[in-house]
Amino acid sequence: MVYKKLFGVPAWRVRSPFEELERMRNRMDRLIDGFSRGSFETSSAGVFPLVNLTEDKENYYLYAELPGVTTDALDIEATANNLSIEGERQIPLEDEGAKYHRKEREAGHFSRIVQMPGDINPETVDASLVNGILSVVVPKAEAEKPKKIAIQGE
Amino acid sequence: MTSAENQELAVKEKTALNRSAEQTRTGALFSPDVDIFETDREITLLADMPGVKPDNLSIDLRNDVLTIAGETENIRKAGQVDIIAEYESGKYYRQFTLSEMIDQAKIDAKLNDGVLRLTLPKVAKAAPRRITVKTS
Repeated sequence: MVYKKLFGVPAWRVRSPFEELERMRNRMDRLIDGFSRGSFETSSAGVFPLVNLTEDKENYYLYAELPGVTTDALDIEATANNLSIEGERQIPLEDEGAKYHRKEREAGHFSRIVQMPGDINPETVDASLVNGILSVVVPKAEAEKPKKIAIQGE
Repeated sequence: MTSAENQELAVKEKTALNRSAEQTRTGALFSPDVDIFETDREITLLADMPGVKPDNLSIDLRNDVLTIAGETENIRKAGQVDIIAEYESGKYYRQFTLSEMIDQAKIDAKLNDGVLRLTLPKVAKAAPRRITVKTS
């Protein structure tokens, strides 16, 4: 590949072992954090897109980074306890005469199913795609929500 | 038309950065993935910066060094508990050295769907001229 030197090689591309260590330490901290809460999945499924899943009493919240993906190119389906994300990231071709210095962004198709920890209410799932971030609010099924039990006195 | 019609997207881990200067604010720092291409008239840079709003993006060009930096906001509401955490979000930062003369006044930046498109027009004199060799 012909590399035309127009842009200098940024110095920080070289990763020092200390940076690696720092990242590992951050991960360990998060891992330990998660263990203490008792419900943390540390290994990534290795499928695009990477997701973050959180919950509160009412809902599960799923987040994914999908820069350059438009709502037309994204399909989200919900079943009893699965959420399926499918889409296509398109990178339009540029001028034919354009010469590339860097090409790090990738285009392609993706599909992933994320299993929710409990039953959900698929009818009222709400998804939005803003600034390249997908946020899905997945309401828990009634049976999954914690119930407040009234304690009766005498 | 797209550059890759049937290719499956693979997971690509974000490139974390550690700046030599101490940061005033905590949080992860990432290097955004970029495409940079050049035509006779301009240099175009595309950068994936999901979660960055136009207000939180800064582009700076001085002494031939182009700096792009973007801040992201935490979209989680209070009270949410992690179940799966596969990616980290944080700030974006990347610098490039330009050896070409750029017409600063005509720089154009657009941010759509988390992708920055930066157009850097070359100054007129840097545009190549075809030199015709005459024979006597």
